[in-house]
Amino acid sequence: MSGRAAGRVLDEAGGARAMTAVMAIMLFLTVLAAALGLATATARVSLDRQLAGRMTVQVVDGDPEARDRTAARLLGALRASPDVARARPVDPAQIARLLGPWLGAEAGDAALPIPALIDLDLASDDAAAAGRVAALVRTGGPNARVDAQAAWMSPVGGFMRSLVWLSALLVALMAAATAAVVVLAARAGLDQHRATIEVMHMLGSTDRQVARLFQRRIATDAGIGGGAGAIAAAAVVWLVGGQLGALGSQLVGAARLGLSDWIVLALLPLAFVGLAIVAARRAVVGALERQL
Amino acid sequence: MICQFENVGLSYGGEPGAFSPEVLSDVSFALRPGTFYFLTGASGAGKTSLLRLLYLAQRPSRGIIRLFGEDAVTMPRERLPGFRRRIGVVFQDFRLVPHLSAADNVALPLRIAGMAEDEIDQPVREMLAWVGLSDRADARPATLSGGEQQRIAIARAVIARPELLVADEPTGNVDPDMADRLLQLFEAMNRLGTTVVVATHDFQLLQRIPSAQMMRLDAGRLLDPTGALRHPPGPETPSPGGARA
Repeated sequence: MSGRAAGRVLDEAGGARAMTAVMAIMLFLTVLAAALGLATATARVSLDRQLAGRMTVQVVDGDPEARDRTAARLLGALRASPDVARARPVDPAQIARLLGPWLGAEAGDAALPIPALIDLDLASDDAAAAGRVAALVRTGGPNARVDAQAAWMSPVGGFMRSLVWLSALLVALMAAATAAVVVLAARAGLDQHRATIEVMHMLGSTDRQVARLFQRRIATDAGIGGGAGAIAAAAVVWLVGGQLGALGSQLVGAARLGLSDWIVLALLPLAFVGLAIVAARRAVVGALERQL
Repeated sequence: MICQFENVGLSYGGEPGAFSPEVLSDVSFALRPGTFYFLTGASGAGKTSLLRLLYLAQRPSRGIIRLFGEDAVTMPRERLPGFRRRIGVVFQDFRLVPHLSAADNVALPLRIAGMAEDEIDQPVREMLAWVGLSDRADARPATLSGGEQQRIAIARAVIARPELLVADEPTGNVDPDMADRLLQLFEAMNRLGTTVVVATHDFQLLQRIPSAQMMRLDAGRLLDPTGALRHPPGPETPSPGGARA
């Protein structure tokens, strides 16, 4: 069956508008969840890239002069090492600022056994290079140790990974809920139009022809509702993205969407329309097959 | 033969294994091509059930039904639409699609059959003219009178030129003049070669087509499967047996 008349065989009643609204809400939430996941994934990749090959050397010594001598010797050795691309001592004043919230005005007291810090970037992400640098640092004595920044930032990375998985789970749940809503709507439509469907069958209509009427109707509702929901969600994502960028945080600012992410978000309504069509078709054909 | 019933029985529903009385019992008859049949009987005799078997809305509980030369009892479900398209049905309660105009209702079998949209308009207009409703083409069923709805239902049933036309009490909701006009439409279809089966309990209607064959149902049993009986007997009259068809 084709033509405008085919579309009118099933009356456009209130159920259609309700379905449109439900699809709008579903897609709004789905696009937000997907955007959160994609942005977090981008931020995590950025964090990994920043932390990979970055290490911090600590020299802890109660004697400030011995500490500074050891730190200076290590700095020279590190700068001479081919495994180190860049080594930079952390300014004690900067360390004092960082400790200020915990130690108060005493943070800058030279008598405090605050460690000397050296930030360094490895020449490569190679684990062997990190091992050689760690061995080099150990030559500075028992008071010198090295931390890979990736290690102490790993809880942050784990949290971000969890957020990505949570977003993916939310999208999957929304897809399942959408399919369930479509199946319920299709069954309700079958009940509502039972008499018309019976007449169509008696006139020689196949199950597929009847299913196509429902598919067309549900695809229209899902397309309109899903499109509206997705556009609203995209506007929210864009606004929130702008606000995050304004925070000036390197980590939060990295949580942004690239072109490919926006393409994925744009494809979500189409995917949900496709899902709705398949769910409607299976529900309708399944129900009709139980009749003669 | 267009259709052949052999010892057909039909009972509805009931729990599996539980006894449920037959609404049709041991029904045997044959419909010849191009013949006009009346199916008569009191209300509840089983006319509608027999017609439902004829237009494949129901499978029998037992017996054999051959339709257009094929076994309709064991026919796979997916083949039924093709056979239903060869049968025109006029339902007792019209069953027009309420959201479609009169013209779209009439066009429905053509659209279901997959006819191109630009080929549908002309036959629909001709059919509406044939039933005298050209000026009501855009009207919704709810705005049509009972007689108009019945004529639209007939136009819908015959527009695809079915080989078998089945009508269930087609004159039950119209006045005698309209009943005459509707019957003329069925006769016209019959003259074009369509086998027509009209179920009615209006004995006056039976007189109007002297050439028609007659089958009478009484409590689910076919009393005159030969079609030899022109006038229905009273309930107390024993029915003749034998098979001619």
